[in-house]
Amino acid sequence: MQGLDFSVVLPYADILWIGVWWTVVLTVSAAVISFFVGILFALVVLYAPAIVAYPVRLFIWLFMGTPLLLQLFLIYFGLVQIGIDIPALVAGIVGLGLHFAVYNADIFRAGIAAVDPGQAEAARSIGFSRFQTFRYVVIPQAVRSTTPPVGSNMIALLKESSIVSVIGIAELVHAAQLAISETFRPFEFYITAALLYYLLNLVLEAALRRIEARVEMSR
Amino acid sequence: MDVALMMRVFPFFLEAALVTVQLSVLAGGLGLAMAAAAAAARLSPVAPLRYLGATYVSVFRGTPALIQLFVLYFGGPQVGINLDPFAAGVVGLGLNIGAYMAEGVRGAIVSVDKGQAEAARSIGFSRAQTMQRVILPQAARLMIRPLGVNTVALVKGTSLVATISVVELTYTAQRFIGSTYKPFEIFGVAALLYMVMIYGVARVVDLLDRRYAID
Repeated sequence: MQGLDFSVVLPYADILWIGVWWTVVLTVSAAVISFFVGILFALVVLYAPAIVAYPVRLFIWLFMGTPLLLQLFLIYFGLVQIGIDIPALVAGIVGLGLHFAVYNADIFRAGIAAVDPGQAEAARSIGFSRFQTFRYVVIPQAVRSTTPPVGSNMIALLKESSIVSVIGIAELVHAAQLAISETFRPFEFYITAALLYYLLNLVLEAALRRIEARVEMSR
Repeated sequence: MDVALMMRVFPFFLEAALVTVQLSVLAGGLGLAMAAAAAAARLSPVAPLRYLGATYVSVFRGTPALIQLFVLYFGGPQVGINLDPFAAGVVGLGLNIGAYMAEGVRGAIVSVDKGQAEAARSIGFSRAQTMQRVILPQAARLMIRPLGVNTVALVKGTSLVATISVVELTYTAQRFIGSTYKPFEIFGVAALLYMVMIYGVARVVDLLDRRYAID
């Protein structure tokens, strides 16, 4: 048992800071993908003809039933098998993005389906087009019920972004591992990384609270 | 599609899936115990206990499971905690999922109508009796869904211990991908087994939920 000495962390502040930066980049890019692909999937499942909807439902089902780590391996090592060689960073963003898109899709689908059909009928009957009905009547109501669960998905995404360290992306865990390989101080560096994740989490939670409050106010 | 390869590796994956099941069951049991303790602490009249419970939940929910595992497995020896990979996996995953389960347990308890507890106390039940005979039986039904969701998350989360070289499904897949360069086939076999387990758990949760539904 060696004594703990957190002063070993300071010389590596720069590396950890870069790790934090890449964690933020990963989380934000994957969040954007998960959001838009999630909406797309939800719309396809709800409204597209079966021939399009069925493969998407199968994809959702497959991605929900398997771990992110395995999905990352498939994307990063698997696509090479069919001649697609993508950089680790892209594989990480796409993997994380698709993993959470599937969960978002489920929330969006349920949120849209939960809007009373009478609302859409009423809008159509006073002369709204299908698009207008969707844009001005259905979506605003669906957004309110989907914001909190999508928010918790984004919090999960921030934490799960740590997993992409296994394919060698220089995010926070990877930065900690780099420092550990030079100092042999796993405890101090992993605790520091945990603390940084905790702080990022607090920032994200505060941001989500503000977004939720705004959505709630637009009632 | 190399089906012969898939057939050949299947027995290894079955063995690995058994490790995944063991991890899930043991970590799930530890998680439940932690959840019960944390929920009790958070609902306790003793302020330091409430604080302790809240800190546990907040720390373990606010940081990635992977880091928790690394602190325990790689950092542990530095503070005198030496666990083999499997034990570290069980403890790490159990502590992590326990924090999430604690919220499910606490949420279910606080959503039992207050009037129930007041009524029980007014007819002379002690605090413990009220909890045991009135609140918990009603809360138990409300816990099925959140605990089930957490259990599904746990089964998927067991894949993380591949990073500390526990020979479970994902680790086995990783090893076979490395030696065969056939990720799609290997992934297919591993995915199939994960899906059997995950949809199995989900189905059991569904059945329990319907069986004990209040309406």
